Amino acid sequence: MEVAFGRIGSVLVKILEIIKLLPNKKKGCYAMEKEQYKIFCSSGGCAAKLGPKILGKLLHQIPKVEDDNLLIGFDHSDDAAVYRLTDDIAMVQTLDFFPPMVEDPYLFGQIAATNALSDIYAMGGQVKTALNIVCFPENMDTNILGQILLGGSKKVQEAGGVLVGGHSISDKEIKYGLSVTGIVHPDKIYANHTVKTGDMLLLTKPLGVGIVTTANRLGEASKEAMDMAVKSMTTLNKYVAEILQKYTVHGCTDVTGFGFLGHLKEMLGEEHSATIYSSQVPYIKESYHYAEEFFLTGAGQRNRNHVSDCVEFKNIPFPMEEILFDPQTSGGLLISMSKEDITNAYEEIKLLGLPCGIVGEITEKKEKSIYVI
Amino acid sequence: MKINARGMQCPLPVIEAKKALKSCPKEEEIEVMVDNEIAVQNLTKMAVQMQIDYRVVSLNEHDFTVTLIRDVTPYLEENEEKLQSIQEEKEVQPLANGILKGCVLVVSSDKMGDGDKELGKQLMKGFLYAQTQLDHLPETIIFYNSGAKLTTEGSDSLEDLKQLQEKGVEIVTCGLCLNYYQLTEKLQVGTITNMYVISEKMAMAKKIIKP
Repeated sequence: MEVAFGRIGSVLVKILEIIKLLPNKKKGCYAMEKEQYKIFCSSGGCAAKLGPKILGKLLHQIPKVEDDNLLIGFDHSDDAAVYRLTDDIAMVQTLDFFPPMVEDPYLFGQIAATNALSDIYAMGGQVKTALNIVCFPENMDTNILGQILLGGSKKVQEAGGVLVGGHSISDKEIKYGLSVTGIVHPDKIYANHTVKTGDMLLLTKPLGVGIVTTANRLGEASKEAMDMAVKSMTTLNKYVAEILQKYTVHGCTDVTGFGFLGHLKEMLGEEHSATIYSSQVPYIKESYHYAEEFFLTGAGQRNRNHVSDCVEFKNIPFPMEEILFDPQTSGGLLISMSKEDITNAYEEIKLLGLPCGIVGEITEKKEKSIYVI
Repeated sequence: MKINARGMQCPLPVIEAKKALKSCPKEEEIEVMVDNEIAVQNLTKMAVQMQIDYRVVSLNEHDFTVTLIRDVTPYLEENEEKLQSIQEEKEVQPLANGILKGCVLVVSSDKMGDGDKELGKQLMKGFLYAQTQLDHLPETIIFYNSGAKLTTEGSDSLEDLKQLQEKGVEIVTCGLCLNYYQLTEKLQVGTITNMYVISEKMAMAKKIIKP
């Protein structure tokens, strides 16, 4: 039996750092909007993602196939794959699905679809077709599934895409999402890792969605906080993407399960660092207080374990750190563009109505990848 | 106060601990039992934020106890004593019962040396028997990998190891290894341990013997 002491005994015992990714048995539910159909929420949206650490390790073992038309594959942990069909058209493919994080099936369908569609926008593409991915318990009321699919189809329609089919299997718990295909001009792809020194960073949705839905599951979230989280999770990144068409985007990704800092680190690669102005980071304001109350997910801690070595916080209060590590479900776009473009883009995007902000800048590679000031 | 938070999803272990901190008197320790490392990290994160001292005990990788301590005076005294005694004993000195304090014997295989397997097994058997005849005994014997076969049913060294244990030698076997060789139910001597303990014992040892 090993005994590790905190502050009092650090002289005596070294805590051995053994980080393991254990499967989380998740229980509990979130509050709901409508009474008629409720779904059991076994885990929280993108918080149900496998950790980046284990994933990176596995992907390295898979042999790469060379194909000149494969413009973006999984070597840069990008949001979607891009394959060139002709000189003018490349196909963008992505899929995303997860267990419910809200009890209302219609709302869950919308959130899952918004999240899946987002990857197309993060690549600079337009949505064309979508296929449903469904896991549903055999003996559950199929009206619930109907509501989920309806919510999903509404978002595909809003995205300007066509729902063309799907696949469903019987499973213990509900999971839903989409496989989405879009198109993009091969010269206008927004890769995530092509940022430039001197760029500024724009974040288009507030952080803290994971913390708020966790607080809500414990009955501790205010209606205002949850309303903001739901509004954010069901807002398509389409409208931001349309504005971006007018500007030159150097790098773009959507902020989801790995949290703001996790996705930012993927953008920076080995060649760049970033300075983040914490005072400019948009977040759901209640999430600060909920983080102080420790309504924190396991996934947030896994994100912290994964990137905290690359991050230096300069006098950042604990709740803000947690917000920056918080896994987001259907989060906003994080965009890297020149100083000249970003101010104009920001003014336009602000008018869409969600909290957003110019949150930092790209610098040359320094000792750490990310400095939060 | 004890809280069994095994099987609870984050942040419930933290929320339960917070409730207990509010309801319990300051001098009472709060023990939170959890089944995963992430929950441990979330609890210790809370403790650091609340400036509460803590202790983490891990029995194995699915079994942790985080103890939250608000009144630290007794621990400070205890630790000072321990630190002093560690500084004093730099040499490996036999105790009255013949145990060499800080001497750890590491058995990583059921065979001794490279070469013929049967010979290797005989040599290991002889080596462990020889231990029982020595004047000075190791404080701990750690068995891992195929070494685990020596503390379990079917081993020729069980009698020798039991004798050593009676003389005060601590005998531990790696739990993961027992599990791997499906020997967990067949352990005959000593206790099961984990990699934390093995690493710590080896790091703190003044002398390591590896046959």
